[in-house]
Amino acid sequence: MISLSHYLILAAILFAIGMVGIFLNRKNLIVLLMAIELMLLAVNINFVAFSHYLNDLSGQLFVFFILVVAAAESGIGLAILVVLFRNLSSIDVEDLDSLKG
Amino acid sequence: MGMKTLYLLVPLAPLAGAILAGFFGKILGRTGSHVVTILGVAISFALSVLIYQDVQAGTVFNGAVYTWLESGGLKLQVGFLIDPLTVTMMLVVNFVSLMVHIYTIGYMADDPGYQRFFSYISLFTFSMLMLVMSNNFAQLFFGWEAVGLVSYLLIGFWYTRPTAIYANLKAFLVNRVGDFGFLLGIGLIAAYAGSLDYAEVFAKRNELAALTETVTGWPLLTAICIGLFIGAMGKSAQFPLHVWLPDSMEGPTPISALIHAATMVTAGIFMVSRMSPLFELSDTALSFVIVIGAITCLFMALIAIVQTDIKRVVAYSTLSQLGYMTMALGASAYSVAIFHLMTHAFFKAVLFLGAGSVIIAMHHEQDMRRMGGLRKYMPITYATMFIAAIANAGLPPFAGFFSKDSIIEAVHFSQVPGAGFAYFCALAGVFVGGLYSFRLIFFTFHGKERFREAAHDAHGHDAHGHHAAEPHETPKVVTVPLILLSIPAIASGWLIGAILYGNWFGDAIIIAEVHKGVATMAHEFHGVVGMMTHSVTTLPFWLAISGAATAWFLYIVRPDLPAAIKKKSGFLATILEEKYGFDRFNDWFFAGGARGIGRGLWKGGDEALIDGVMVNGSAGAVGWVSGLVRLVQTGHIYQYAFGMVFGVLGLLSLMWWLGQRGLI
Repeated sequence: MISLSHYLILAAILFAIGMVGIFLNRKNLIVLLMAIELMLLAVNINFVAFSHYLNDLSGQLFVFFILVVAAAESGIGLAILVVLFRNLSSIDVEDLDSLKG
Repeated sequence: MGMKTLYLLVPLAPLAGAILAGFFGKILGRTGSHVVTILGVAISFALSVLIYQDVQAGTVFNGAVYTWLESGGLKLQVGFLIDPLTVTMMLVVNFVSLMVHIYTIGYMADDPGYQRFFSYISLFTFSMLMLVMSNNFAQLFFGWEAVGLVSYLLIGFWYTRPTAIYANLKAFLVNRVGDFGFLLGIGLIAAYAGSLDYAEVFAKRNELAALTETVTGWPLLTAICIGLFIGAMGKSAQFPLHVWLPDSMEGPTPISALIHAATMVTAGIFMVSRMSPLFELSDTALSFVIVIGAITCLFMALIAIVQTDIKRVVAYSTLSQLGYMTMALGASAYSVAIFHLMTHAFFKAVLFLGAGSVIIAMHHEQDMRRMGGLRKYMPITYATMFIAAIANAGLPPFAGFFSKDSIIEAVHFSQVPGAGFAYFCALAGVFVGGLYSFRLIFFTFHGKERFREAAHDAHGHDAHGHHAAEPHETPKVVTVPLILLSIPAIASGWLIGAILYGNWFGDAIIIAEVHKGVATMAHEFHGVVGMMTHSVTTLPFWLAISGAATAWFLYIVRPDLPAAIKKKSGFLATILEEKYGFDRFNDWFFAGGARGIGRGLWKGGDEALIDGVMVNGSAGAVGWVSGLVRLVQTGHIYQYAFGMVFGVLGLLSLMWWLGQRGLI
């Protein structure tokens, strides 16, 4: 029998993978966006799991909002990325340090 | 017109003269300027004579004319205390000042600063009168500082000469040292007596004598008296604050006579006499006074023997005579000190004005080695200076004899510690006084006429051709004051019976019962003639005679001897010529030390501490800290994210841990 905690553990693992992806990724900005996407999805899994176990549909309703926002965010992110590449001819994370003090 | 108006007019008349000549000198012109200032002083002198007659009749005035300010219980007032002591000083100051004013017409005849000079000396007369007429310490201090200021202005009168500027700065600084003590004394009086009025302070003198100073535990009255006397040491040029007086000779001769011999330098003597009710209660202070006076008297006289500048000889002689006056103060013989102050004012003014007359005749040559044999050319100057020199040496029947002899007697009777030493110094000073007084006369007026050879050396290529001009007697404006002043230089001593033993000063001077000196002297006094005939059998007379004889032998009979003696006594002569090294020591220790401290504060305090550590240092510290913080700001998003996540984790753990322990 698959219990709530299985879902929660899966979501936590996914979230952790996404987070580590952000920390460790030194190369590609696209990978960064993907890692963020992964974290959002991990959160979505939590929502769905709780929604099911608590018999409350508003959790699943929320997932749709998140998906929409995530899609929009990825769209904007990719658009910025394209502009960035035009300007710097690089999407290397290491090179993006113009905020350095 | 009431007496109060007259009192006010006495100082205000010279002040008006000073203002007119000072601010409107250009409009008034040279003649106008000397007319208004002389008129001012003449009015003041005439009024002083009037007031003197009034005081003789028994009037003593003590009251305020104007309240300047009132703060807490302390009142600062302009007020006058007119008693015999004040009137004596007023007469002396005004008379000498009047003579000097007239003399100045001749001495400064072709000086571009003519009006300025007259303005200054009238301002001086005003300040000195404010000082002597004051009935409270605040006004005394005002007069004290004002005469100091005018003295500064006049020493530096020829302000383009570096030596004059050096001398006036020196006089100003040395006097500040004295003023520090003076202010401490006045401050203690204000703090403990709660009043600055003489009469009120004197009324509390017995209570003050019982007190001790709360911080240091010193006897209060001794501290007050020594503080006040340190002020007197500065103004009256007592050892070791005497160094400014010889240098003050850089000023024009009339002011050397008026300020640095006859009047201003005696302000200290006057002040201590005025404070006699306080000084009488402190034997420690009296002992201090008598020892300082003794040192000044003998050791300054010794320097006078080796000086060759005619004005400096007279200056050192002044120091020595001031030493005598101070000794008299220490011996509780205040009336004798004032008496000597008076006779000294006359004969020293003659000596200075005579020296000035010689200087005019020699075309501003002051070195006695280039004079000699002048008596043929300037008989009036010679005669008056001769009289003054005898008076200075203390030989009867001239004025100096009576006052100086009385001082020696008073010191002899004094019981305070140090009186024995002072008595020795006083006697030795008589011999030295005879020596330098007659050396001055013989060197300048007798012997070989050295000015011709000197003229050839010094003025060989002088465009004015001074070497052709013979010395000549000076004009009437110079000689008349000399003659007028030499009359009291001869005769003022004959007033001794009235001044010392005839209750002249009344209650102005108070002498404690235990100090019997003057009372004993009064008992032994048998008239002027008696004193003169008696003197022939006493030591001071023969000491003065032998001093004079030594001078005669050394400078007339064997003029080659002084140089030989000087060569033999190499070390001693050097000490005297170096003036005991005071100037050198002061330059090295005080001036050098002050410069060293200044440089230390500049380099260490200003440049290193304030600029280096505080201003640039704080900026540097901010830069250094931000340099460290910059390292955190990498600009890499993943590091920020890392920090954020682990920060949140850390905070959550902390909250959880605190929650477990029940702390939140």
